[in-house]
Amino acid sequence: MTKKNKSAIQRRLIPTYIFLIIVSFISVFPLYWMISAATNTSTDVSRGRIIPGSHFMENFRNLTSQQPLWRALGNSFFYAILTTVICLLICSIAGYGFEVYHDKWKDRVFSILLLAMMVPQVATMVPLFKMFSKAGLLNTAVGFILPIISTPFMIMMFRQNARSFPVDIIEAARIDGLSEVRIFFQMFIPTMKSTYAAAAVITFMNAWNSYLWPKVIMTDNKAMTMPMLIANLITGYVTDYGMLMCGVLFCSIPTMIVFFVLQKQFAEGITGAVK
Amino acid sequence: MNSKKKGMSLLGKQRAAGWTFLAPATIMIAIMSFYPMIRAFIISLQTGAGANMRFADPIFSNYKRILADKVFQQSIVNTFLYLIIQVPIMLVLAILLAQLLNNKDLKFKGFFRTCVFLPCATSLVSYSLIFRSMFATDGLINSILIKLGILSTGYNFLGNSASAKIVIILALIWRWTGYNMVFYLAGLQNIEYSVYEAAKIDGANGWKTFWKITVPLLKPTIIMTFIMSINGTLQLFDESVNLTKGGPANSTITMSHYIYNTCFINVPNFGYAAAMSFIIFIMVAVLAFINLKVGDTRD
Repeated sequence: MTKKNKSAIQRRLIPTYIFLIIVSFISVFPLYWMISAATNTSTDVSRGRIIPGSHFMENFRNLTSQQPLWRALGNSFFYAILTTVICLLICSIAGYGFEVYHDKWKDRVFSILLLAMMVPQVATMVPLFKMFSKAGLLNTAVGFILPIISTPFMIMMFRQNARSFPVDIIEAARIDGLSEVRIFFQMFIPTMKSTYAAAAVITFMNAWNSYLWPKVIMTDNKAMTMPMLIANLITGYVTDYGMLMCGVLFCSIPTMIVFFVLQKQFAEGITGAVK
Repeated sequence: MNSKKKGMSLLGKQRAAGWTFLAPATIMIAIMSFYPMIRAFIISLQTGAGANMRFADPIFSNYKRILADKVFQQSIVNTFLYLIIQVPIMLVLAILLAQLLNNKDLKFKGFFRTCVFLPCATSLVSYSLIFRSMFATDGLINSILIKLGILSTGYNFLGNSASAKIVIILALIWRWTGYNMVFYLAGLQNIEYSVYEAAKIDGANGWKTFWKITVPLLKPTIIMTFIMSINGTLQLFDESVNLTKGGPANSTITMSHYIYNTCFINVPNFGYAAAMSFIIFIMVAVLAFINLKVGDTRD
């Protein structure tokens, strides 16, 4: 009886499956095409070849001879990891502070901070560029990270998640004589792993993918990031699609790995954030 | 407890700890967002370049210039076109997908979820370049259409202003639907399944359940994603720069792209760029405010 029921349910879900398969295909296909194009010659790509070829090394050699691939990869990794570590520390301690010690004034400060969400990047670009060039921060990692290490979104996410952190634990720890700082580092951080994972995924991806700000302050090729490098590949009149997609592949792999490794924790962390 | 600060009560100590905890982030936002915003307003009242910046003679002359700037007006029209068409389609699709994936009888849930989210793992520049290549005159879409006999020669999708806009909108939907879906899925998982069971017993069909239960309970998430999408769309930059280069003839250029060009390409004009960026700031603020108000009154 139950078995029959189950198969009836599955049969009713067939349109859902078909729809989801189509959506999944559309979602994944451009990425598959990117990978396959990275292994084909530009002419084959133009002819519409979609099966992987054997010209990856050729595309890769063309790319490294034209662009400082390793340097850009290294830069992007360095900037993105630095941003993630500092951003998580600053924003999580702030989110925790806003939630655990909340009072009228802190709530007010928090709602003012949320206003910063509405400040468009392009509006702060000119003043920040002037400030940073005066301070000698052009083409430096510090210049890259400073505007993005503290974001209202991250603070909000940690604040929301801190709500699920039991007050009893804090009280018990206080009675045991732990200082407020140690409660945060020894109790809060270890219990909130999935929140940190979600925050790390979002921050790393944003930092790695950011384009406008690096384009503004990284005036020297030596400080170039991956998105800047691949954007350079279409400046000529003829585009070498194989080489271009090879570059795009190198720009996409790190964020994809980060996402796949932390996928489960990412979903859990987001669930806590929208509660 | 050590008694270094003897005069301080336990509560006072905690309050001080709270302020210390939130100080670094708050100060950073003040220096990196609020202060530059004020500076941007001051710069927007100035003309000249480099060390010779001085206040404009009619003080609002940069703002006056906006009224006569056809390209900036075009960029506003473009940006709002993307906003009005893309955001609703994307959010409805995202809720629909989340609703479908939240079915407990569905198999391969994890697989579907990963597939739909995967586009978000690519950088904005990456996917812009992928779509640019796919829709190029000698790109994949054209070669498929030619093979199917629909076209005889490659159609220049990015060379025609209407089709170029459509490509940008398609690309945006492709990139962001999964991202929004994750938030809805998380929101749905916080709704007790028994609520749905009860609705089923009461004889509500899927459509009714969706509008009477899912949407109201997801309202905070919907408002959040709506504000994030509006904010993101008004600031579109990477796609305009890399997918269409703003072309043909500025017909797909976005506000941020035009402001960037005003600052760093051609003859730099920081004052005028700051004036335009301040207009974007006001637009974002007004739209977010309306959004929050509308969200409130429906309670």
